Amino acid sequence: MNGPGFLQIASYLIALIALAKPLGSYMARVYQDESVGLNRWFAGVERLCYRLSGVDPEQDMRWQQYAWAALAFNLFGLLAVYLLQRFQDVLPLNPQALPAVPPDSAFNTAVSFASNTNWQGYGGESTMSYLTQMLGLSVQNFLSAASGMAVLVALIRGFTRRNAQGIGNFWVDMTRGALYILLPLSFVLALVLVGQGVVQTFNPYQTVNTLQAVSYSAPKLDADGTAMVDAEGKPASETLQTRQQTLALGPAASQIAIKQLGTNGGGFFSVNSAHPFENPTPLSNFLEMLAILLLPAAMCYSFGLMVGDTRQGWAILGAMTLVFVALIFVTVPAEQSGNPALTALGIDQSISAQQAGGNMEGKETRFGIVNSGLWAVATTAASNGSVNSMHDSYTPLGGLAPMWLMQLGEVIFGGVGSGLYGMIVFAIVAVFIAGLMIGRTPEYLGKKIEAYEMKMAAIVILIPPLMVLGGTALSLMLDAGKASIFNPGAHGFSEVLYAWSSAGNNNGSAFAGLSANVPFYNLWLGLAMLFSRYWLMVPVLAIAGSLAAKKTVPVGPGTLPTHTPLFAVLLIVTVLMVGALTFVPALALGPIVEQLQMLGHH
Amino acid sequence: MSNYLRPAAVMLLLLTLATGAVYPALVTLVAQTVFAEQANGSLIKTAHGEVIGSRLIGQSFSDPQYFWSRPSATAPYPYNAAVSSGSNLGPTNPALSEAVAARIRTLKQADPDNQAPVPVDLVTASGSGIDPHISPAAAAYQVHRIAKTRKLDEAKVRELIAANTQGRQWGVLGEPRVNVLQLNLALDAGNFPAPN
Repeated sequence: MNGPGFLQIASYLIALIALAKPLGSYMARVYQDESVGLNRWFAGVERLCYRLSGVDPEQDMRWQQYAWAALAFNLFGLLAVYLLQRFQDVLPLNPQALPAVPPDSAFNTAVSFASNTNWQGYGGESTMSYLTQMLGLSVQNFLSAASGMAVLVALIRGFTRRNAQGIGNFWVDMTRGALYILLPLSFVLALVLVGQGVVQTFNPYQTVNTLQAVSYSAPKLDADGTAMVDAEGKPASETLQTRQQTLALGPAASQIAIKQLGTNGGGFFSVNSAHPFENPTPLSNFLEMLAILLLPAAMCYSFGLMVGDTRQGWAILGAMTLVFVALIFVTVPAEQSGNPALTALGIDQSISAQQAGGNMEGKETRFGIVNSGLWAVATTAASNGSVNSMHDSYTPLGGLAPMWLMQLGEVIFGGVGSGLYGMIVFAIVAVFIAGLMIGRTPEYLGKKIEAYEMKMAAIVILIPPLMVLGGTALSLMLDAGKASIFNPGAHGFSEVLYAWSSAGNNNGSAFAGLSANVPFYNLWLGLAMLFSRYWLMVPVLAIAGSLAAKKTVPVGPGTLPTHTPLFAVLLIVTVLMVGALTFVPALALGPIVEQLQMLGHH
Repeated sequence: MSNYLRPAAVMLLLLTLATGAVYPALVTLVAQTVFAEQANGSLIKTAHGEVIGSRLIGQSFSDPQYFWSRPSATAPYPYNAAVSSGSNLGPTNPALSEAVAARIRTLKQADPDNQAPVPVDLVTASGSGIDPHISPAAAAYQVHRIAKTRKLDEAKVRELIAANTQGRQWGVLGEPRVNVLQLNLALDAGNFPAPN
């Protein structure tokens, strides 16, 4: 890494932290029903939504009611995305006449977008009509994010209320998050992105006449479109020539803005933000990358404000940032050091003013090594999962950091809402461990942490590893699971482990060589996404309800302060210990052994 | 549960209208008014109005008289902008080394006198398969072949590359790069920068 590389990473971190406070205070005001500047635009819409849907915004829900509302809403969202895909061939706004999506893929994608995972088994430009992208996928980008944020706000109320039955109103929290936070931010970001070159049009794909003709060989087809065989019975091929290029277009910018801001990650095009129409310039890249972590970072500040002590929020944000920065400096140098197998062929992989150098397979020239590596770490720290380079082609160590960030449970920033509620659960575990060490009843933010909260916290922490490790083992035992592996050896194992880490933690990024758009992975990864989202959301709400009903304990001499650097370190250690103890054996079989092979072979 | 069905269904419908119809329609409206050129794909047109490409989407070149783009993993032919794709080859996959070795051979065959080491981006497939850029190093590597084929002075070709090199955005962001299609169009047009 050189000077410009450091400068870009530093400006990214500074922008992120600087925006946390202003945006965080704005969000806290939105969720505390205080008036914000956008009220005069959206208050009418908000009231209309409640009236037409028969919601009483004053109703204070118990945690079970809150959970039912969230589940029912997400279920309908899932059904809508499924049906839009299944019937897109007869619905409007399908200029490329794309056929209906097959049931297994449609199920996987519907779960994927409703659960804020945005795993993509399909290629956007060759699968989804403009209508499906807009009315199905974009909408869930908003609503799954707003749902996650709502659950976080409910959990925070668990700490701030005392002797209370309710934890707020799901409909109000979700609607306000979507209207006052996600919509305006997306609108602004979408327009800036169009200014940089992201497409936003309803026109069909554009055909252009290229400067030079391209020859290629393709399977020979007969009049019915079936592949022909030659005299020896082998598939026949013919050499064709084309001088045309079809440019995939669409209403991309509006979807890309929210896919980044809502930690969704589902791209408009197949290669996501590596596509020049999805991420055309270094500036668009910087803004999209900033949008990945913007809300998760700012929500830490909102959390501090809402519990009445901003230092509590800074402690958590500090813990997240430390782990994040450490892993940037694993992936970026690993990618910059290049691939020894290519050095042996006499290729220049050195960094200079003339080239980015390093491991450029699967990376874009305009982003080079630093912006690709930084994105990979940011997108997996948050449960975003969008990519601007192909993670499958990363060096083993460079790919290990993103994979491990997902396995940590998506709590280093994590998803909007879900990342911080996951981290608060880890904080509960951390005070519990500290309580055991000093022999006192653990407390967090004035609430006693007792057996019920610990049981729920254990469920939250144990379900994702169960999905990831169980699913990986299952896939490797079955032929259907192994058939999809693309790269040989330890890297093939990594592909499967990465897929399950991604689905089991609702991230959505992939080692995309794995052919995941097959019934086996569509079904099983779909179920993993479903369980890991909702089986975590419900216990978190249970914690919220239990805490809200408790009285507040005054701070005493035996209270462990949770706003100090010491506590931030304790929190980091808790997260890393759980993550390391659970996953190091599996990582040893994949990226670690491959790194040793790569270095040892040459 | 039934208490939740009506709010869930109606709320979904209303918010779908807001975030799935009104929002993208508004963005499209403003985008098509303010940034029409970018919103429609940053197309490059000839004087007669024929569309010959996009500033943002690379094209495939194998003719020695043109600068070559990076290798592309799209199917069935390279730089198919209707189906973007990376190769997804892992670093230790022998298929990656073989593919790179073959690309080096092709480059050397087209320019046997060139002994310089090959810049990495010129022989590795991009993430999108439609990367419009190569590094300045990858452009410099091809100067000898272009100058020989087109019977041009190497210095002139270098000047043309320099004129078509984009630096880091705002001096900080991204990497220096050369747009291959625009460089080749400039070559064809003979738009050499005037000597200072």
